[in-house]
Amino acid sequence: MKTGKNKRTMKNKQKSIWVFGDYRNYYQNRVTLQLISKAVDLARVVDAEVCAVVFGHNVEEWIMEYTAHGADRVLAIDHPSLTSYSTENYLALIEKLARQRDPDIILIGATDFGREFAPRLAKRLKTGLSADCVGLDIAPEGLLVQIAPSFGGHMLAEIVTEKHRPQMATVRPGTFKEIPHNYERTAIVERLSLPANLPASRVRVVEYERAAQKGHTIENAMVIVCGGRGMGNKNNFKKLNELARLLNGDVGATRPVVYAGWADHDALVGQAGKHIKPKILFSFGISGAIQHTAGLGEANFIVAINKNPQATMMKIADVAIAADASDLLNNLIKELKKRIRE
Amino acid sequence: MLNIVVCIKQVPMVTELPWDEKTGTLRRDLAAGMMNPACKRAVEAALQIKEKQGASITVMTMGPPAAEEVLREALAMGADRGIFICDPILAGSDTYATSFILAAAIQKEASGCDLILCGAYTSDSETAQVGPQLAEELNIPAAAYAEHLDISGRILRVRRLVDNFRETLEMEFPALVTISMERYEPRYASFAGLNKAFMETDIPVLNAEALGITAANLEARGSRTKVRRVFIRKTQKENVMITGAAAIAAGEFLDRYQRAISAVIGKSIEAEKQA
Ligand SMILES: Cc1cc2nc3c(=O)[nH]c(=O)nc-3n(C[C@H](O)[C@H](O)[C@H](O)COP(=O)(O)OP(=O)(O)OC[C@H]3O[C@@H](n4cnc5c(N)ncnc54)[C@H](O)[C@@H]3O)c2cc1C
Repeated sequence: MKTGKNKRTMKNKQKSIWVFGDYRNYYQNRVTLQLISKAVDLARVVDAEVCAVVFGHNVEEWIMEYTAHGADRVLAIDHPSLTSYSTENYLALIEKLARQRDPDIILIGATDFGREFAPRLAKRLKTGLSADCVGLDIAPEGLLVQIAPSFGGHMLAEIVTEKHRPQMATVRPGTFKEIPHNYERTAIVERLSLPANLPASRVRVVEYERAAQKGHTIENAMVIVCGGRGMGNKNNFKKLNELARLLNGDVGATRPVVYAGWADHDALVGQAGKHIKPKILFSFGISGAIQHTAGLGEANFIVAINKNPQATMMKIADVAIAADASDLLNNLIKELKKRIRE
Repeated sequence: MLNIVVCIKQVPMVTELPWDEKTGTLRRDLAAGMMNPACKRAVEAALQIKEKQGASITVMTMGPPAAEEVLREALAMGADRGIFICDPILAGSDTYATSFILAAAIQKEASGCDLILCGAYTSDSETAQVGPQLAEELNIPAAAYAEHLDISGRILRVRRLVDNFRETLEMEFPALVTISMERYEPRYASFAGLNKAFMETDIPVLNAEALGITAANLEARGSRTKVRRVFIRKTQKENVMITGAAAIAAGEFLDRYQRAISAVIGKSIEAEKQA
């Protein structure tokens, strides 16, 4: 009775881990591929298949991509009426499929769409959902362990959905790494037709257009100089710009600093902001709360400056400099100016 | 006249709570409560509708006794009625349970309402799940992250920016919308309003029993997720520690890493002596 096995009608049914195919902004946002990669890890442990579910119009490209990145099966519904994303239509489709096929786990990217879609799906399937997981694991007895930040990011919580299925989690883009593509891979592709009795969406899409992209973003910077509350005040914080300029880099910030108006929201790094992948990251006066470090997954080389050598940020850094952040910054700028030959 | 329900939440005043290194807990005691910023914008959105076409606004919250404060603040801003859901047996609800309880309260106290507004997310947990799940409970159309609302007759138009797409959505009442942080800059409560809201207004308190919620249906309709364990991250990585006076530390750092940095940025960095 414990793990909801009583709900299973078919014994020894192939377990399935579903990943919702969220392909909007595919080239900037690889979250679906990242989740497929994670699902492949989990599937090995629980002996399941990885199944990508994709709705839309002209979805062949996504079927190919999901296959190449690790899906064993793709469920696809391709129809002109699904051209623009629609929460209600997609909900009706996936709810029906989930009821028919009874997946063990559903993973959904925490895009804006996913964050509205996932909770509603969980409610319809009468199951639990945890938001913004930073880790996913399988417990010895087979439950999905959903690791999510707790208490302001200084702690992590292990969350489980004990009795209800599927077990559901959302994960922010950038949390896991995708598997490199292999276009030789094959998957079972089921091209399903649009159910005839689909209820009409109560929400009509009147306008739907891609917004203008912002040109420059710190997501692509090779060097990022990040500052936190330890910079003390806005003036000190502004000096990070000078270091960034010397190093052809960009400036990032933590949330309290953005809230205090020392930096723009565009500079926010972390769970609620940007996921960055610089070759070199400087971290000045930042404690290293999980919501911040969640955005640093792909930073190559981290230099942390903190007056507290025990700060988490100092522990995850490659080089930890125990010093006053502004003091070190000023000296570093001075030294660099002497040493740089342009 | 439109009937609007706004669901609001109290959150800690400082989202970045101080941390007690010794006991490993958050100093929640240091944090006063405030109305969650996105919820405040939802109240503002309701007030703007009221000013434009007339509406009756009910604000509703679930929380510990101190949370009643945010209802009074919303009343002071101009809401008409507050409903407070407070019961120790409801504490620790996950979003699945919270949306069930809020739906029960709406059905009891504001059934037949036209529009339900929520903040799109809270500053303390940011799951953004309660609004969408409440829409499912009530089985009504919904849109999250709304930036702008337009009403004509029974039709609601919502403008929003999601995942870099501009969308305009249309739905009929009753509907639920969650309000983002982009627009609807909230007004300040007037002093007279505050005075009245805190001194003269009675806010009914609903407990689980009043909502017809029993231990049995909490089991059936309540929390799905369970927190098994809370732990501190293990983080220590093999690394280089540099200490000492800042001027010397900066020099030492560059001596060791300037070649690596220079390879990344494509500028030559060399110590003066070697030049
Ligand atoms: C739902 C949610 C989402 C969040 N999303 C994000 C997010 O996307 N990004 C984000 O950054 N945060 C986010 N946060 C906030 C996060 O939890 C932390 O509170 C925040 O990252 C801390 O910022 P900080 O390191 O600048 O400040 P603090 O935690 O206050 O750390 C300051 C650090 O500076 C050091 N210091 C102080 N003075 C000096 C000095 N003179 N010289 C050197 N060092 C000094 C201190 O030792 C300390 O380590 C979120 C929180 C929540 C609840």
